[in-house]
Amino acid sequence: MEDDAPVIYGLEFQARALTPQTAETDAIRFLVGTQSLKYDNQIHIIDFDDENNIINKNVLLHQVGEIWQISASPADKGVLATCYNRTSDSKVMTCAAVWRMPKELESGSHESPDDSSSNTQTLELLCHLDNTAHGNMACVMWEPMGDGKKLISLADNHLLLWDLQESSSKAVLSNSAALEGKGQLKFTSGRWSPHHNCTQVATANDTTIRGWDTRSMRQIYCIENAHGQLVRDLDFNPNKQYYLASCGDDCKVKFWDTRNINEPVKTLEEHSHWVWNVRYNHSHDQLVLTGSSDSRVILSNMVSISSEPFGHLVDDDELSDQEDHHQEEKTKEPLQDSIIATYEEHEDSVYAVECSLVYRNQCRGGLRSCSYQVVQFMLYKNR
Amino acid sequence: MAAAALGAGGGPAGPAEAEAAEPRRRPHGMLKLYYGLPDPAAGEAGRAADAGGPTDINGPRFDPEAFLTKLQKECPLAQLMDCETDMVKQIRALDSDMQTLVYENYNKFISATDTIRTMKNDFKRMEDEMDGLAANMAAITESSARVSSTLRDRHEQIAKLSGVHTLLRKLQFLLELPARLTRCVELEAYGTAVRYHGRARAVLHHYRHLPSFHGIQADCQVIMAGLAQRLRQRFRDGGSGAKDLAECVELLLELEEPAEELCDEFLAHAGARLAAELDTLEAELGPPGGAPTCDILEFTDRGCNSFVGNLCLVIASYQELFVSRAGAAPIAPMARAKLATFVEGLLGRYFGLVERRVQLEKGVGDSSLLVRALDRFHRRLQALEQLLPGAGSASEGTAIVERAARARVAQYLQALRGFYQDCLTDVRQALAAPRLAGKEGPGLAELLATVSASLLGQVKAVLGYVHLFTARDVAFSNKPYFKGEFCSQAVREGLVVGFIRAVCGTAQQFCEAPGDRGGTAPPALLLLLSRLCLDYETSTISYILTLADEQFLVQAEVAGTPGSVLCAEARAAAQRLLTHYVRVQGLAVSQMLRKSVETRDWVGTIEPRTVRAVMKRVVEDTTAIDVQVGLLYEEGVRKAQSSDSSKRTFSVYSSSRQQGRYAPSYTPSAPMDTNLLSNIQKLFSERIDIFSPVEFNKVSVLTGIVKISLKSFLECVRLRTFGRFGLQQVQVDCHYLQLYLWRFVGDEGLVHGLLDEIVASAAHRCLDPVPMEPSVVEVICERG
Repeated sequence: MEDDAPVIYGLEFQARALTPQTAETDAIRFLVGTQSLKYDNQIHIIDFDDENNIINKNVLLHQVGEIWQISASPADKGVLATCYNRTSDSKVMTCAAVWRMPKELESGSHESPDDSSSNTQTLELLCHLDNTAHGNMACVMWEPMGDGKKLISLADNHLLLWDLQESSSKAVLSNSAALEGKGQLKFTSGRWSPHHNCTQVATANDTTIRGWDTRSMRQIYCIENAHGQLVRDLDFNPNKQYYLASCGDDCKVKFWDTRNINEPVKTLEEHSHWVWNVRYNHSHDQLVLTGSSDSRVILSNMVSISSEPFGHLVDDDELSDQEDHHQEEKTKEPLQDSIIATYEEHEDSVYAVECSLVYRNQCRGGLRSCSYQVVQFMLYKNR
Repeated sequence: MAAAALGAGGGPAGPAEAEAAEPRRRPHGMLKLYYGLPDPAAGEAGRAADAGGPTDINGPRFDPEAFLTKLQKECPLAQLMDCETDMVKQIRALDSDMQTLVYENYNKFISATDTIRTMKNDFKRMEDEMDGLAANMAAITESSARVSSTLRDRHEQIAKLSGVHTLLRKLQFLLELPARLTRCVELEAYGTAVRYHGRARAVLHHYRHLPSFHGIQADCQVIMAGLAQRLRQRFRDGGSGAKDLAECVELLLELEEPAEELCDEFLAHAGARLAAELDTLEAELGPPGGAPTCDILEFTDRGCNSFVGNLCLVIASYQELFVSRAGAAPIAPMARAKLATFVEGLLGRYFGLVERRVQLEKGVGDSSLLVRALDRFHRRLQALEQLLPGAGSASEGTAIVERAARARVAQYLQALRGFYQDCLTDVRQALAAPRLAGKEGPGLAELLATVSASLLGQVKAVLGYVHLFTARDVAFSNKPYFKGEFCSQAVREGLVVGFIRAVCGTAQQFCEAPGDRGGTAPPALLLLLSRLCLDYETSTISYILTLADEQFLVQAEVAGTPGSVLCAEARAAAQRLLTHYVRVQGLAVSQMLRKSVETRDWVGTIEPRTVRAVMKRVVEDTTAIDVQVGLLYEEGVRKAQSSDSSKRTFSVYSSSRQQGRYAPSYTPSAPMDTNLLSNIQKLFSERIDIFSPVEFNKVSVLTGIVKISLKSFLECVRLRTFGRFGLQQVQVDCHYLQLYLWRFVGDEGLVHGLLDEIVASAAHRCLDPVPMEPSVVEVICERG
């Protein structure tokens, strides 16, 4: 690696919403949604050219409100969904909608960053996910391996399955489930499992993690008190179908085997404040990235519970080196779980971290974190 | 003449003596010469002069002519004259000598002649008598021959008769033998019977082809078999004590019973009795799972006295009978081997029982009873070992003692841990006990002191108990194991170090324990344990280790875990506990704040009139925590406080800084400005490290908790959208916190910074950011 320093990209507004562009397979591209109560919010499309260490950006206007969550369609590069706050009078309502970005931006433009601000374009609304009956939208998830026709959204205590019809211009509620129980139950976060033919969804509400079957919309497992306090985020291991990572306000990151939910498989206690976000690396599932409001991003190497227990932490630049390296590694002992890196460049809390889906030469990728107040946007190269 | 001959026959004397006797011998020499005998003295003299040459006057080949010529030629006149006179003198002396001799011999000759004459007469008479005697003897011989020829027949008859007599007596003995044996058997004179039978056995065996003898032999055999049977019976009944038994065995051996069988039987018999004793012992173990019927000392006593004692007796008598008895040499190896297996088997069972009994000894109090019991057991085995070297009984016994000691130490460790757990449970109960109004329960400090003191007391007591194992008056304490390994490994490493580790380990468990899945340890317990571990680090560990090392004389070179390692462990545990305490308390307060922020409608709220109750609660809780921590930890250092810290109001930032930041401005450049402003401000304010490591003092602990709480508050605020009054409420709340929280933390700037941040964030998330007048804020807060 030629340069360890993060590439920093400043945003004008605060931002919490970050997602890799799932349908993009060549470029390292992220979408960032901003939060501003007073001005028009934006969606930044950020390309990272890892060879030259350069960032290219495009800005789209998102005029309906501040973005709390964003997710890109797995099938169509130009389609994305957002959860946004709509304020009217003294009411704040979180809604969700599916958008299409202008055609020319789909594959990423390479215009110079300087003049990008001059011609901001607007997103084209495809459809609203109508939630008037269900309450505030907490998050929207696309079917991970699907054709971009299915969505699940979490609204207060409802789990809603949507079908997009007529080239995504219409969203039909095809199925739903509601969380029943004492008090006001509210989903905080969810994740659609890429395994089991995409029939499982995990959700978090308060300290509980639940698994759902999307066919029957029934609960399949429930981890009560998964964390001591609120669960903030979940992620599925991309390669091991029963493994699930969760993080929460008790500063812990836990790894679960959903077949045996009595005890976590592993617990990390590296952060000193709420852990907002946890992400597996898509190619090497021993790499787990966490972001916390203690302003740190931690990259952990969880070899012992990965699908590559003998440590295949590819770290080479050249393909030619790999052969030798492979042999070396075969003789190694199984590696210990460890922290690979702690990124402390953030000035404030880190609310979102993501790993790029794209890995070049199996050795590079972007991981990105989004920080609040100072509106820093840091892009780390994964070493 | 005879004397001279005798003298010559005396043999040649040594040369010195010959010279000394020269003058006296000379006449004898002359005589010898006369009789033609060789004269050794003369020969020597001649050799001295000229070796008996013609000039030697005493030589046999003396030539007067040559002598004279020599004298005339060699000697001067005076010498010649001297020689002449000398010669004349000698000649004269010789003449007189000769005369005397002649006279003497003449007399002797005459008397000899007389004697011979008388002898001649006597002999004649004797010859006659001898003739008479010969005639008489012939007559006697003749008559004797006659007598003997007449007596010969009679003599032969008598000899035959006497032979027959003896034979008959023997036969009679044999014939009477069965009856005699029967009588003996009836009289229980088994010894006599065996002796009789022994005498007759060979004969009977020899003549067994004769029917009558065969009959006798058969009878005898039957009787003897019966006898043997009876002996065996007696042997088997064995009621009559060792001596009787020995006699039985001896007799049986004489009866040529197979020794091996006897050994077996003897051992089997003894074995049965010993096994019965073992059964009794086993019965004393009590029912499985139940309590033993008597204490261990009694048990061991019984075991030693009955079983080991009898075993010793059996071994001794066995050895006497089969091994060391004269004539037992051929069977000794076999017998020895049998004895070895026998003893091994029994001892195996005995050891098994003892071990089981020792294992039952679960008490964790005074171990003197156990030690005494083990000591007795061990001593007794020493005796056995002396009796039967090579049986390995002593070493096995020592091994049992070692195992028992080890098990005991393990039990003590277990007990200590249990005690520690009980202490913790007590503490938890004391902490959980409802407090009576106005009356505080036992304070944390007292609880800590109690726990600490009772733990130390317990450790000391246990060390005392364990020390008994190495007491000087206990026999096994000078075994190498008890001198070395027991002290260093079992006691120091196993017990002391193990306990200290357990203390730290158990304490640490509260950090990771089911923590977030119910059953959380009360924070006060964490705090108390943290202090306990810290105390261990500073003093207790070294004290306990020194105590153990002194009591058990642990050699420095074998000493295992050094105190410093344990201290480090304890410190790490203390650190972890305290960190965990901070985290737990911080998160608890956070939770409260989060709930309060999340559940409120901040957009449509009304104008703030009071501080929200939850803030008061936060301050109360923090104060309580402060008191709690203050009981156990020192104050710690604060940064220099600004003189007006309590008086500091929001005016500082609400007027100067806030104005710039919150001023409603709808120009497009405004957001950049606020961002810029806040960024610049950030550059100047210190970065707040939310979680710097906690130090062991009150201020640091409280700072940590306050930091976590405020940070959580901040995060919650950032998740919400506020109306104008929502922002103003946050302003009021923050001012209130500002008024009360600064006193808890080391660096009040930190609190200010975080609270500023909260208000700034709220303003940022506000739809209509119009801040409240600082004076109003103050009034509201003071009213609350």
